[in-house]
This record gives sequence, structure tokens and C-alpha cells, in this order.
Amino acid sequence: MQKTLFEKIWDSHLVIDDNQNENADNSNGPSLIYIDRHLIHEVTSPQAFASLKQNGRKVRRPNLTLATTDHNVSTESRSLPIVDEVSRTQLETLSRNCKEFGITLYDMASPDQGIVHVIGPELGFTLPGTTIVCGDSHTSTHGAFGALAFGIGTSEVEHVLATQCLWMYKPRSFLINIEGNLSKRHAITSKDIILNIIRKIGTDGGTGMVFEYRGDVISEFSMEQRMTICNMSIEGGARAGLIGPDQTTFDYLRGRKYTPKESELDKLIEFWKSNLKSDENVGFDRVETINVDKLAPQISWGTNPSMVVDITDSVPSPEQYAKSDENKRKLAIRALEYMDLEPGIPLTNVRVDRVFIGSCTNSRLEDLMEASLVIKGRKVSTNVRAMVVPGSQKVKVQAEKIGLDKIFKDAGFEWRESGCSMCLGMNPDILLPGERCASTSNRNFEGRQGSGGRTHLVSPIMAAACAIEGHFVDVRNLV
Amino acid sequence: MEPFEDIKSKLIPFDMTNVDTDQIIPKQFLKLIQKTGYGGFLFYDWRFDHAGNPKKEFVLNEPKYDKRQVLLTRDNFGCGSSREHAVWALYDYGIRVVIASSFADIFYNNCFKKGLLPIYLNKDKIQYLFDLVKNDDPVVDVSLANQTISISEKTISFDIDLTRKKMLVEGIDEIGYTLSFDDQILNYEKASKVADYNKFMVKN
Repeated sequence: MQKTLFEKIWDSHLVIDDNQNENADNSNGPSLIYIDRHLIHEVTSPQAFASLKQNGRKVRRPNLTLATTDHNVSTESRSLPIVDEVSRTQLETLSRNCKEFGITLYDMASPDQGIVHVIGPELGFTLPGTTIVCGDSHTSTHGAFGALAFGIGTSEVEHVLATQCLWMYKPRSFLINIEGNLSKRHAITSKDIILNIIRKIGTDGGTGMVFEYRGDVISEFSMEQRMTICNMSIEGGARAGLIGPDQTTFDYLRGRKYTPKESELDKLIEFWKSNLKSDENVGFDRVETINVDKLAPQISWGTNPSMVVDITDSVPSPEQYAKSDENKRKLAIRALEYMDLEPGIPLTNVRVDRVFIGSCTNSRLEDLMEASLVIKGRKVSTNVRAMVVPGSQKVKVQAEKIGLDKIFKDAGFEWRESGCSMCLGMNPDILLPGERCASTSNRNFEGRQGSGGRTHLVSPIMAAACAIEGHFVDVRNLV
Repeated sequence: MEPFEDIKSKLIPFDMTNVDTDQIIPKQFLKLIQKTGYGGFLFYDWRFDHAGNPKKEFVLNEPKYDKRQVLLTRDNFGCGSSREHAVWALYDYGIRVVIASSFADIFYNNCFKKGLLPIYLNKDKIQYLFDLVKNDDPVVDVSLANQTISISEKTISFDIDLTRKKMLVEGIDEIGYTLSFDDQILNYEKASKVADYNKFMVKN
């Protein structure tokens, strides 16, 4: 039988198949899936541990879970104490729980600390063919390695801690072909591609499905570019997005902390090469094709990640956005009001107050390198406050080794410590009411970066160009 | 988890699409380490102004919708962040049923862990219910056992997976249930080629 990559990973992780589960009343019931890798952080884990303790339960496989602190850590100097008492309690609770249950924690003092979806791959914790979960919707990031990776709620965090398994309803498969020749396309990034996909399919286009991204463009992408695409699968409604592993994947893995050692790895690579790709003629439940040959840099104008246009466009009218859908029209009216934008205004006329380069979408070394090329020798506009928040301590150290910190600081950017920071504003890095931000993060929801704040999602080089000019610009004119 | 009891309530007409979990419970309230106490923060930025005063025009602040237990809304409810706090906040506020034309996957899944019943209906039925609230504003009777929403003479049926239904009706402790399959889990860990990955993890 022909199978998709997703189905191959699914089938190899079935502890109890729905058809064999005598307690299920129909054949479409849940299956029990084994979880190979579990990542936890301070925000969605405390209630899981509390409930475990309350019920006198143990963590089944403590060495398959890794913890870090990222969501509400300060990105100012690591030598300063956390001022917010509630945040501090959450960090201390994670530390206590990890100690009690024997889980490895990379906390604020660790050189391996960082955003959970940056450090997983960095440490070689993320491996092809595995199942990976985390109490965070952007767990889809790890799908870039050909791992089935998805976000879960806190009750499921507890369930994985206690059983190393999850009950799951089998999702359907959605193939996204990315065609065209990016090497001839100036300043078009993987961020532009994923924003364009979500623009096309909507925020619920992938509900109940797993994406598989494929095509020459994907094959030529680095692991970091692939992670940006998979990261935002959830913004298109899919809990997981997958890319079949190839030589780029295997080269990335070699020599990392938790990657198997050479001889073991070589054996695994042979196994992955023959097993981790969709069969040639397998059918998908849905197929979409995106061609990058005419793609312009993308920018969001509204309050969900499907409200996206080309940088060369104007702010759309509710009718343009909604076509004939009355509910969508109402949503667009509300979005325009929240964003304080008038239809018909060119996006390049929109001024910004803040620029944020960071988040699990775009805070890796290549993101910072690309942005630095735009920044180098230029100055941040006087009306803009701009910051760079590296995704992990390792990213920060590597960037400093090649002098990126100096380029950013010379231009007038703040150079911060690693964490989720202003992607969701759980720490002090937030927008003030009414402030407008060019952000490399993943969500432009109302209040996401701070109550009353206005977020425009863009690529790192678009954000960098915007910081220099003080308003949105077509980055193709600057590089 | 508490078993789900059938509900008699009027509907709260929450006429929006794509309501994300950042709106249901904004991030500043994710710092607690308990599962309770989130009701006061439900839809916080929509319910209250910057000074913390209730916004009169927001639907939950209209006195006639007070104490209602069924939220009626539209497409893609609960999209975005995986935060289960969104379910806890709705439940803590007093909501027991959310009726929508569609739900985001993670939110839908999270509902069943707390005993909140998510019901999806086609768009015509959703519109019918919105019209109903506008006109007669009747009490509706939600029965999970029968999978029905009854409004005086009329009955609307809804679909739900039988396993999920059973979990809600009986208030089953899912972890306890899974642990009863310990032999299968052990067998998988011993036999599976994929489970081999796990030997590469360092000992703590």
C-alpha cells in the first residue's frame, strides 16, 4: 500500500491501533501513539506536574523530556533578577519540578538555554522519523526534520509525562508543492513563502490535516529556512508540517549533543533514506501548489496571519479581502479599525514605531546574518526602537563570534539575551497601546505583542529594511 | 474530570469568526501555576478597557447574557496558541458548551480534558441559532447522551466521536485509562525499531 511520509511515521508509532482498541466504539476512534521526544517550558507545564503529584504518578521516561525556560524570561542582562514575582514563581516551579522528576533543564544560567523550538534542533534532540510534542503550538517547527511534531495542551503534557503516549485521531494529509526557481528571486525568503501559503489557504485551511511541503525550492532550502516554513504550519490550521529528510538534514544533525554517534548515525541515515519519504504515487487529501517565480515580499496588514498582501500592494478594502463572505468582511472591518489603517494606502507609506527580530520563526543565525546584510553601515530611523533577540544562547554566541552584534548595535538596534520575548510579550518586552511593529514573529492577533499593539508580520530582511527607513519598504530596493 | 451534565440555558451570541486563544485568555494571565481562577480574565482585553472598567458594548458585559452557559460562535474558534488556559477560562467563567461552525484542532482537543462540550454544526444551523437568539431568545436544552440541542419543538442533532462522548459523560481519568494499557506500552518500547531512538538520549 502506498503511504505518505506522515502515514509512515504514524504507523511506526502505533501502540494501540484504533481498530484493535476494544474499548473504542467505532473504527474512527483514537489510536495510542508513542512519543519519542517531549519538550517542556515554564508556562504550560506547572499544572501538569501538580496534577501528577496529586495523583501520586511518576514520569515514565524522564530522559525523553527536555526542559528550558523561554516564554517569560527577561532578555535584559542575565545577571539581573526577574523582577516580576509571578514570572519568577513560574521559573522556580519548573526548576523544582525538573529536579524532583529527574528531567534535564536548560535554565537561564545555561549556555544551552533558548526558545524551545530553537534548542531542540540545535541540540540534536530533534531527529527524523520521531514523534515530538510540546505544550506549545509552534512545535510544528521540528517537522522540518521529517519528525511528526505538534503542539499539545497542558493535560496532554501531563499525559505524556505519565505514559510517554498520546491518544490521537489520525489526521489527513495535505501536500503543498512549492515550485519555481528561487535562486533568481531577489530577497524572497521562506517567511514570504509561508505567509503566502497561509494567505492562500486561510487560517483554517489545514484543520485536521498534516502538511507535507515539497518541491525544488524546499530541497534547496537550508534547515533554518525549512524550520521557518514548518513553524507556521499551525497558522494555516495544521498541527504539524513535514519535510522529508535529505542530505541537508543529515549534514545538519552530525556532531550535535544528542545526535547519535558516527557509526550509529550512519546506520540511521540509511534507514531514514529508504523509509522517510512519501511513496511516489500516493494520494493526498488535498494538494496546493505555490509558485515563487513572481512572489513579492509579503506583509500582514490585519489581525490574523492570512491577512497578508504583497509589499507593493495597498491596504485592501474589506470587500477585496472578503469577496462575498459577510463574516470575513466584518472581520476585516474590525481588523482595519484595530490596525488603524485605511484601505487604499500603500503599505510602503505605513510608518512603524518598533522593529522586532526574533521568535521561534526567525531568530536563528541565518536570519540574523541576512538581516545584518541590510543593516550594515546604515542607521535605524530616529522614530524607531529596534531590537534583536537571538533564539538561543548558542545563536547569540555564534552571532557575536562573527561580529553581528556589533553591526546591529552600531546601527542602533538593541542586542538582547535569548527568549520568546516580544513574540508574545509575556516578559517585559511588549508594545505599548497603539504602537506599530514590524515583527519577524508568527502571530498578528490583537494584543499579541502587548495590549493595543499593532503587529505586521514580515521576514527578517523586511524588518531590517523597515527599521532603517522608519516605514515599510520593498527590501528588494535596498539589497 | 467532572462528568458532563446536560445543560439548559439561553445562548450567548458571540458573532465572530477566527476567535484566537490569545483573545480568550491574554498572555498576561498565563503566569499562574494552577488550573483555576481564570474566569475573571476571560476575553480580558475585549471585556475591559485599559483602566480595567467593563466595556459596555462587549457581549459578555450585557446583563441579559449574564450566567448563560452556552456560547454560540462561528468558524475556527480557538485558533492559535495551544494554551489550555483558554478552556479553563471559559469553564471557570461558567461556559459549559461552545457551539461553532468549526474549531481549531488543539482547542477542540483541550475541551475534552476539562469537560467543556464543543459542538460543531453547519453554517446554516449556526445562522438559524443566531436568528433564534435575536428573535425569541429561547432556552435550549443540550443533551450529550442524545447528541441533541432542543429548542421547544425543534431538535438539532450534532456529531461527536463516541470515545470522546464516553470520556465526557463518564468524566474518565484519561491517564488512568491509558496506564491500564501498560503492557502494550512496554511491548512497544521493547520491540519497536523506532523506540530505538530513545537509547540515544543521555542518562540524566
